[in-house]
Amino acid sequence: MSNVATFDTRTEAKIPVESPLAYSYRRSGAPAPTGKSRVVLRERPFLGHLILRGGAIVLDEAVREVLGVSLPGEPQGLVQDADGERSIQWLSPDEWLVIVPGGEEFELENRLRAALGDAHFAISNASGGQTLVELEGEAARELLMKSVIYDVHPSHFPVGKGVTTVFAKTTVILRRPAEDRWELVVRRSFADYTYRWLLDAGEEYGIGVER
Amino acid sequence: MFYIHCPYCGELREEEEFHPKGQAHIARPADPAACSDEEWGDYLFFRDNPRGIHHELWVHAVGCRKFFNITRHTVTYEILETYKMGEQPRFTAEHPEGRPSQDGVEQASLREGVRA
Repeated sequence: MSNVATFDTRTEAKIPVESPLAYSYRRSGAPAPTGKSRVVLRERPFLGHLILRGGAIVLDEAVREVLGVSLPGEPQGLVQDADGERSIQWLSPDEWLVIVPGGEEFELENRLRAALGDAHFAISNASGGQTLVELEGEAARELLMKSVIYDVHPSHFPVGKGVTTVFAKTTVILRRPAEDRWELVVRRSFADYTYRWLLDAGEEYGIGVER
Repeated sequence: MFYIHCPYCGELREEEEFHPKGQAHIARPADPAACSDEEWGDYLFFRDNPRGIHHELWVHAVGCRKFFNITRHTVTYEILETYKMGEQPRFTAEHPEGRPSQDGVEQASLREGVRA
């Protein structure tokens, strides 16, 4: 067991929390989805985001043991568990992003640390720094075509792929967990910019925001 | 715009995701204290400006954030190859058509992430 000091970022005390988009909803509004909406935007705030760094073989063993899924070893890989609640994404040859339901990340981190023992690795909790925005609907791909430089054609971007790329004037982690659903992992400080860009770009598709 | 093959991501990406970092394969002198001022100055400040094949260091800044090398032709702008840190270029000024490659080495290196 390593001697790294860890702490649970979620406290027992009842502190009011706001999602990174709370300000944007107030300032820019959130048009409700209608029957004409060809794309729906949905934020999934307060999830647990962990960055794993280290050798693939060592991490793979620990992740299989603790999470029950294998580490995506191939570039751009995205692996989910059976109910799609937990996911691991390849970010770089020695870096992976784990997203789990909010509140699970501290226990997961401790169990991974215990499983990894003295191996050479790093785990950092990025939950407070980023948020997940989902796009769903038939026009989601068209909306992304206007926003990211990456080729999102189904032949080039199949389900189970995730990339880090340029989105408008910022960067996002773009993932495709299901056929008609895309996920954007955005930095907290760029969440408002991303949200307003999506509202503007999605206007022609009647974008609606589910809250 | 370049369309650059990142050897770590294993696919072609837009130039916008990358940053150039200058000439590649500049080795720091083993014993800096033993260098003359001229040697140290050459190491720090002086770079090649060839007409033709040039080896450059780039970083996939938006993406995997790994450094790698590109062999590029400064006249035609053609990218001849990209290769990982620590590897040697196949296309050089002495071998503009490319050195004979070692069997399977390149294919194996694409799977580096699996073995790491």
